Amino acid sequence: MANDAINPYLGPVSPIFGRLTWDWIPYHEPILIGTFAGVALGGLVVLALMTKFRLWGPLWRDWVTTVDHKKIGIMYMVLGFIMFVRGFADAIMMRAQQALAAGGAEGYLPPHHFDQVFTAHGVIMIFFVAMAFITGIMNFVMPTQIGARDVAFPFLNNFSFWMTVAGALLVNISLFIGEFARVGWLAFPPLSGKDFSPGPGVDYYIWALQIAGVGTTLSGINMITTIFKMRAPGMKLFDMPVFTWTTLCANFLIVAAFPVLTATLALLTLDRYVGTHFFTNDLGGNPMMYINLIWIWGHPEVYILILPIFGVFAEIAQTFSGKPLFGYKTMVWATISIMILSFLVWLHHFFTMGSGANVNTFFGIATMIIAVPTGVKVFNWLFTMYKGHVRFEVPMMWTIAFIITFTIGGMSGVMLAIPPVDFQLHNTLFLVAHFHNVAIGGVVFGVYAAVAFWWPKAFGFKLDDRWGHRSFWLWVIGFYLAFMPLYALGLMGATRRVNAYLDIGWQIYFVVAAVGVVFILAGILCGFYGMFYSVMHRKELACGPDPWNARTLDWATSSPPAPYNFPQTIHVRGLDEFWRMKKEGFKWSTHYQPIHMPHYTAAGVLLAAASLVFGFAMVWWMWWLAALSFVAILVIAIGHTFNYNRDYYIPAEEVAEIEAKGAAA
Amino acid sequence: MSDHSNAHSHGTMNQLMTGFAMAVVLTLVPFALVMSGVEMDRTLLIGIIMGLGGVQVIVHLVYFLHVNSKVEQGWTLTATIFAVVILGIVLAGSLWVMHNMNANMLPMDHDALMGGQGIGLSPEVDHSNMPGMDHSTTGN
Amino acid sequence: MSVTQTTSLGGAHSPAHEEHHHESPTPIGFWIYLMSDCIIFGTLFATYAVLGYSYAGGPSPKDLFEPGFVLIETALLLISSVTFGVAMLRASAGQLGSTVNWLIVTGLFGAGFIAMEIYEFNHLIHIGAGPDRSAFLSAFFALVGTHGLHVTFGLVWLITLTVQLKIHGLNEANMRRMGTLSMFWHFLDLIWIGVFSFVYLVRII
Repeated sequence: MANDAINPYLGPVSPIFGRLTWDWIPYHEPILIGTFAGVALGGLVVLALMTKFRLWGPLWRDWVTTVDHKKIGIMYMVLGFIMFVRGFADAIMMRAQQALAAGGAEGYLPPHHFDQVFTAHGVIMIFFVAMAFITGIMNFVMPTQIGARDVAFPFLNNFSFWMTVAGALLVNISLFIGEFARVGWLAFPPLSGKDFSPGPGVDYYIWALQIAGVGTTLSGINMITTIFKMRAPGMKLFDMPVFTWTTLCANFLIVAAFPVLTATLALLTLDRYVGTHFFTNDLGGNPMMYINLIWIWGHPEVYILILPIFGVFAEIAQTFSGKPLFGYKTMVWATISIMILSFLVWLHHFFTMGSGANVNTFFGIATMIIAVPTGVKVFNWLFTMYKGHVRFEVPMMWTIAFIITFTIGGMSGVMLAIPPVDFQLHNTLFLVAHFHNVAIGGVVFGVYAAVAFWWPKAFGFKLDDRWGHRSFWLWVIGFYLAFMPLYALGLMGATRRVNAYLDIGWQIYFVVAAVGVVFILAGILCGFYGMFYSVMHRKELACGPDPWNARTLDWATSSPPAPYNFPQTIHVRGLDEFWRMKKEGFKWSTHYQPIHMPHYTAAGVLLAAASLVFGFAMVWWMWWLAALSFVAILVIAIGHTFNYNRDYYIPAEEVAEIEAKGAAA
Repeated sequence: MSDHSNAHSHGTMNQLMTGFAMAVVLTLVPFALVMSGVEMDRTLLIGIIMGLGGVQVIVHLVYFLHVNSKVEQGWTLTATIFAVVILGIVLAGSLWVMHNMNANMLPMDHDALMGGQGIGLSPEVDHSNMPGMDHSTTGN
Repeated sequence: MSVTQTTSLGGAHSPAHEEHHHESPTPIGFWIYLMSDCIIFGTLFATYAVLGYSYAGGPSPKDLFEPGFVLIETALLLISSVTFGVAMLRASAGQLGSTVNWLIVTGLFGAGFIAMEIYEFNHLIHIGAGPDRSAFLSAFFALVGTHGLHVTFGLVWLITLTVQLKIHGLNEANMRRMGTLSMFWHFLDLIWIGVFSFVYLVRII
């Protein structure tokens, strides 16, 4: 956006606006003006409709300030899908550019713009799409799987969500005010240092991730504590559903790994703001230390994203195969092994950085070992299906596609784990193909499966089957078209992150990949239309509490669940408690008692708003505003602790009323 | 919160004072060793100081923070051990990886390697012409 | 978040007794937070370990660190840890006035520690050994400064809690808050053991 002419060190720094001047507003970029006009227009339409239908009050009371884990989970999913559209738009731009820019053609994206696009794509897809999705699914499903009424810290849950939103907003603000980073999704110094990236782009990156990171870490603490303390009486650890287990391990990884990211980004911030020398080229700094530290976070992050998705697929496989999960205990131990091993492989991301043979060998072997527990899981899913009465509903289709696709991606990963091979393939499109193979084949397929699986629980009606299948097939075909050519290109030596190339022979592969993206686009549109269609036909698609004949306690609630989830406490006697209850012909007692619930609160959204202002002020060096918003954060946080009135009881009569309505529906 | 866990999390005056006495000793010994300029093998002295520090950490955990295998069904202890394992990996791993990389890439003497050479170098004349330092293209 | 419920679901469930009473999740939750904070410190320690010898021709630990000064800082923090322990015991015994007094004593020791640290930082910057001098000093300021910021935050929390104790007394919520602040305070003293051993002492030998 930004013109390179602006050098903040030479440019003006006003006491009020910091380094923000009109030159940073990209009004000369037609693509951005068009996008901005679209967003503004869409926003105005939404605002008008909300005002017309008087939705502001309900939105504020029922959603923005809610502490209900199910609603927060749904809001995470909405955030994930919105950011997914943004990140996917970046993907389309890159694929279109590379399909065009062969043999001297320049395409339509100049390098400085292309660099921002791939940086934004990576940052958004990992931090605000994948993380939002898995946090949403964990939030919605896990507490009901363990028979709890809410998470351990409901207010913190609301706060975590809004901090994630604040981070996402900061990334999107950079689109229209200033620029985004041009440094790749992990912002390696010295490129991301102030000498080579003097503009606000890297600062947007830093503050967006730090603000969202607060939310992620707190949410991790919250989930672990919930599993420790809120399980229904009688539920021992090895009675917990597999998804709850994978949630537990993923959140252990969050609280252990995210602090490393926080500290590393903080050191980069110090380099940029106060002139320290952690990662600079001069005065003793060492950029490789940044790369070492960021990957200590980065590799566990991969497993943070995939572990809960493994759990989703395990739940789906056992439900639609009509038999208990094969090898429940091996599944749990495989998850725990992956949790530990994921901290021992980080160097495989920088084999080529100059380590000796001993270090590279250690990390290469450790990486291959981590494939073993993952392989155990693949066999568990397969044997769960074996001799089962497999129903090929939409979630099961995604599961099968996942098993095949993820296995291919995993194998290309093991290839990259061999240091000599990595020296050849490092930084090529082979790598890009590999991690999209596991990220899309794993996380994205998993999210679509989870949405199709738990949608009836969340809203009381199923998603339309035909649109679900259309979306599925378009996605799977599109995925293979889009990414298999990248493997070939990588083997031919095509490096990643370049906006143009000379070899005309490569172009056909890029064109096929672009066609694949069109298929994926169609798949995404079918998915969204399927949701819209299902909402319109919700009467025909309505279903009961247990539409899939499932095995775990999340299906014991009504659909959608009451605010308190379960009208009575469930006493768990073993694995798959809900299956046992169904066989025994279980019914809720009609003898209700008052239920203890937490109050909704505005403190979370206010704190996040102040944090957003703080981040924006820091990006633009508006020191007075940064100080002011920091004080605001302190005042709101301390003020919140003076509120001792945090909970209330739902009277027994109201519980009875809600349950009667639920039974009628 | 039940009385049971209260008793655990707050300890007794006796525990507090025992912990205090041990912490004082474990603090004074290393300081005395350093301040008296005692003649001793450097590595051994470092070992003693870090060792005593490690012992004092355990004293604090037991006597001030009341960590044991019974509180919270052992989850406090489990979380602590997990954190210690991760800390060990981060510390030992970073030292190993960075030392190995430094040793492999720059055949210089220690002082120069650690930054003496770096003084006054502007970004334009950084080390990137040296073998293996092309880190701007690293990783995924 | 407890629900007392008497049910017999499907007949097979053990009827009744159930005090389905969850203990407060706060202590274990806060402990997990402390462990994650500990890893932030671990990252800073690792940075100091790797970059701590990069003097860039500038001063080294032997030129800068004064063991006597660090010993007094250590003493202040250790004593404040013990006085907080006493405050905690007084609170368990239900003695509000004494609890508040011991908290104030703790706060004074903590403030003394922070004052010394500010003095040290100011002095170092003044003699040209600021965080921008070398990677060693960057790592030193980041690690010790992060610890100092934590103690400062602990002081703000301590003042807030003292006010809340004055208003609401030793009710359940305040006892829980005493418990978490106590963990936080002891934890900072524990981190300081690493700082005085690893950052200061072994580097002045």
